[in-house]
Amino acid sequence: MEQEEIKLMKGNEAIAHAAIRAGFDGYFGYPITPQSEVLETLEDLMPWETTGMVVLQAESEVAAINMVYGGAASGKAVMTSSSSPGVSLKQEGISYIAAAELPALIVNVMRGGPGLGTIQPSQADYFQATKGGGHGDYRLIVLSPATVQEMADFVGMGMDLSFKYRVPAMILADGVVGQMMEKVVLPPVRPRRTEAQIAEQCPWAATGKDGRKHRNVVTSLEMEPDKMEKNNLRLQERYHEIENNEVRFQEYFTDDAEYLIVAFGSIARICLKAIEEARAQGIKIGLLRPITLWPFPTKEIERLGKQVKGILTVELNAGQMIEDVRLAVGKDMPVYHFGRMGGIVPNPNEVIDALKKHFKI
Amino acid sequence: MKEEIVIAGFGGQGVLSMGKILAYAGLMNDLEVTWMPAYGPEQRGGTANVTVILSDAPISSPVLDQYDTAVILNQQSLDKFESKVKPGGTLIYDPYGIHHAPTRTDIKIVPVDAMDAALKMNNTKTYNMILLGALLKQRPIVPTEAVIKGLRKTLPERHHHLIPLNEEAIKAGMALC
Repeated sequence: MEQEEIKLMKGNEAIAHAAIRAGFDGYFGYPITPQSEVLETLEDLMPWETTGMVVLQAESEVAAINMVYGGAASGKAVMTSSSSPGVSLKQEGISYIAAAELPALIVNVMRGGPGLGTIQPSQADYFQATKGGGHGDYRLIVLSPATVQEMADFVGMGMDLSFKYRVPAMILADGVVGQMMEKVVLPPVRPRRTEAQIAEQCPWAATGKDGRKHRNVVTSLEMEPDKMEKNNLRLQERYHEIENNEVRFQEYFTDDAEYLIVAFGSIARICLKAIEEARAQGIKIGLLRPITLWPFPTKEIERLGKQVKGILTVELNAGQMIEDVRLAVGKDMPVYHFGRMGGIVPNPNEVIDALKKHFKI
Repeated sequence: MKEEIVIAGFGGQGVLSMGKILAYAGLMNDLEVTWMPAYGPEQRGGTANVTVILSDAPISSPVLDQYDTAVILNQQSLDKFESKVKPGGTLIYDPYGIHHAPTRTDIKIVPVDAMDAALKMNNTKTYNMILLGALLKQRPIVPTEAVIKGLRKTLPERHHHLIPLNEEAIKAGMALC
């Protein structure tokens, strides 16, 4: 079968291929390094001539996210992608989409910040992605890919989760996994849904009244506080359900681990190499890689916290995920942070040095 | 088998594409591969480098600071990467434009007059393929046929007539060291 062929491509290119194959109806974006290949590859592949998927370079990031809002309101499978400064611009739209209970996929290939920052890899948007970057009490389902294969796989997965819960999903990638090439098997082709299928699967969507008694109105505005609190409670209930059902993570060498690294995305791979070398030196250390950053694998880290003597988080930021790790294990467990900022990517030796320094081994 | 390679030089010398062709050759040979470019502003007119890993086992980190083999195309890159070759590793470099030759004695140092050879072939665009030939002679990690298969796979059909020239350049590079 054609879709089983192994290809070599960048993570950003894999996202573009996967979006077409997953049956997306529309992509709306604006170029920014290090994610511009998503839009470029989509323009190159011209899916409007094959699947009918719309690919549009909007006039700005704000326009792009509002096009996503409109598309999502009509039940379409729609997405956008950007990098850190561009994702900041999208936050108002993301809050509206979350409030209107719409499915959508947002890709952030993070670069060094704050501000316009650098174009090199970073993970400094962890807070923004997992704590609600826009205003109001909302959450995104946040997926963290570590390989080009996961870049491809998480597109369809993000779309499915987003439609299942009517909560926007985000792929929180970084410049390493966006720019690197490795092997990928592209996901199977799923046809775009027909108008009839959309009307059936999305009874909330603004698809035209079509004989129904009531109009579907998609909005985030509610002037009555009583009703708005009910809306909030409904959202919170759904978030609770997601926390119970959708936690994803991967463990490496944790069986006999005396120390634990928690790291996500491409940095987890750098840590894995450091762990291979540390184990060769007799240090029993394991790795937990959260795949969903929200919902966070709190229970799993709590469980491992009972087994190990200490935890090190390694992040391309000043220490953001470490707060969630500390919440999981409580104040009695020593939890340290090692990170580089502004676009610097540490090498495995720096991780080993940090391990030895903090755990005095 | 695992080979961790850095290729570094000026932007425009074909550093990234040489790495890409090597990565494709690895793919053709059923190896695991990663190709990680330095995609910063440094590649625009400044230095460019790419880390390529070929392995028969899954690859963890695509980012390294120690390499089995370095292919060095300019002085800045030599200054940056000479110390990062693992003891016992290989450093291949083109002496063209190099003012301070590498001095380490615990690695194999292989000068390759690739620019001269490219000029002799009347086609400076073959430069990176000559160096790739030298790399494959020193470190036969993939057979030349896999490289040609990779080229056939990556080049658009309209450029396939250039494959024999590339093959010739790879052989010329192999003969230089």
